[in-house]
Amino acid sequence: MHPLTRQLNPQFNTHGELIHLLSIEDLSRDILHAILDRAEPFTAVAEREVKKVPLLRGKSVFNLFFENSTRTRTTFEIAAKRLSADVINLNINTSSAAKGESLLDTVDNLAAMQADMFVVRHASSGAPYLIAQHLAAIGSKHIHVVNAGDGRHSHPTQGLLDMYTIRHYKRDFTQLTVAVVGDVLHSRVARSQLHALAILGVPEIRLVGPKTLLPSYAAQMIENAPLRICHDIGEGLRGADVVMTLRLQNERMNGALLPSTQEYFKSYGLTPEKLALAKPDAIVMHPGPMNRGVEIDSTVADGRQAVILPQVTFGIAVRMAVMSMLAGTSGGSAQ
Amino acid sequence: MPMNLPPVTDLIAQLAKQMRPHITPATVLVGIHTGGVWAAEVLHAALGLTTPLASIDVSYHRDDHHLGNGLKSGGRASHLPDNVEGAHLVLVDDVLYTGRTIRAALNEIFDYGRPAKVEYAVLIDRGGRELPVAATYCAHAVVVPASQSLDLQRSDAGQLSFSLSEK
Repeated sequence: MHPLTRQLNPQFNTHGELIHLLSIEDLSRDILHAILDRAEPFTAVAEREVKKVPLLRGKSVFNLFFENSTRTRTTFEIAAKRLSADVINLNINTSSAAKGESLLDTVDNLAAMQADMFVVRHASSGAPYLIAQHLAAIGSKHIHVVNAGDGRHSHPTQGLLDMYTIRHYKRDFTQLTVAVVGDVLHSRVARSQLHALAILGVPEIRLVGPKTLLPSYAAQMIENAPLRICHDIGEGLRGADVVMTLRLQNERMNGALLPSTQEYFKSYGLTPEKLALAKPDAIVMHPGPMNRGVEIDSTVADGRQAVILPQVTFGIAVRMAVMSMLAGTSGGSAQ
Repeated sequence: MPMNLPPVTDLIAQLAKQMRPHITPATVLVGIHTGGVWAAEVLHAALGLTTPLASIDVSYHRDDHHLGNGLKSGGRASHLPDNVEGAHLVLVDDVLYTGRTIRAALNEIFDYGRPAKVEYAVLIDRGGRELPVAATYCAHAVVVPASQSLDLQRSDAGQLSFSLSEK
């Protein structure tokens, strides 16, 4: 990495070590594989008599969820607890933010409570970056920030757990055809997935959805990624190794981008008939929560090709890997 | 071969000789990654044990994560017997130095259950203890200065040898 880039990128310290996880886009293939490698033995921790390892013993992890999420918050909480950290969940809707406290005032207060790590979800893109930069500015570089989803920008741990799932079932990224079906352009999950797939060397990534959700400029949404837009789902799924479905967000209906959920299901909902066009051993993924009968048919969601529940289990190991990796590095220049 | 250390095969034969009167059909050898696993494989064959060889990775219990040098390589899963409860385990390592690895290994084992007895077999005790740890079986003792590191290596052909280098 160019020294200047490193300096400007708050994810890395001056040694080039990852100190925050804010986004996948400027991570190298080596770092992605290092995170996935580290996650592997963590999957076995849950099978021990004592389901804990002491890597974050004595550390305080604050879950700062400015936007609701049950699954992501819970899996981060489990991951932190399996690493022996103390976890504090801040319910922001009923806390000071609701009384008008600014984001950075909240951060200052938590830093004064000797926090070691913030797991941040926020409706505004860039909020975790703002927090990381602010922590550096106030001399609290030792506090690590993990982005748990910001606006339409990024959801890096979801992208990583999806890559873990693909690697678990398919081993080699460089031979795969991956189809991402749904509202790709507005999805932070898709954005993180696409960055990760491109970095890991997937040679063909198809974006599948209607013209209203996938205008032609969507093919340029990720620099240097082998993206191909398919408005026809048959063309999108034919011969695919991995089918990643996305949740159809209700806002898209209100925005009049789609006629109705029934109409969407008819054209783009993943049914056994449509899935039959993909390779026989293709896996079906979904980041949850699923809308059965909208983007995915129940037969597929519960079928033998679905790996949706393993995704959740792998998510804990991947979050453990990320948190233990960040906590093992120092925020300062040298120590 | 530095400092005229005996060949590794001799060290392992020596360990096997010391251990033989004390092992039972239920004794399980547990190699500590990475050098200890290599040594344990040879020792396991020499002792003719029928229990499967176990292995342990102590990364999660190391005490130097905050120094920024823990878990660099990510760690591996430990492979311990299904029933650690009440087992007779012998930890096997290549070099005994500060004793911190053994402290971590004991913590790792107890995450799986409560063994009846844990012993410790090591090829070389190089001195320099920082914790109150002693080997149950030790093939060779030698003093190595703190400025040097002593490591077991394995060639592509599977030959084990010690290498001494400046840190």
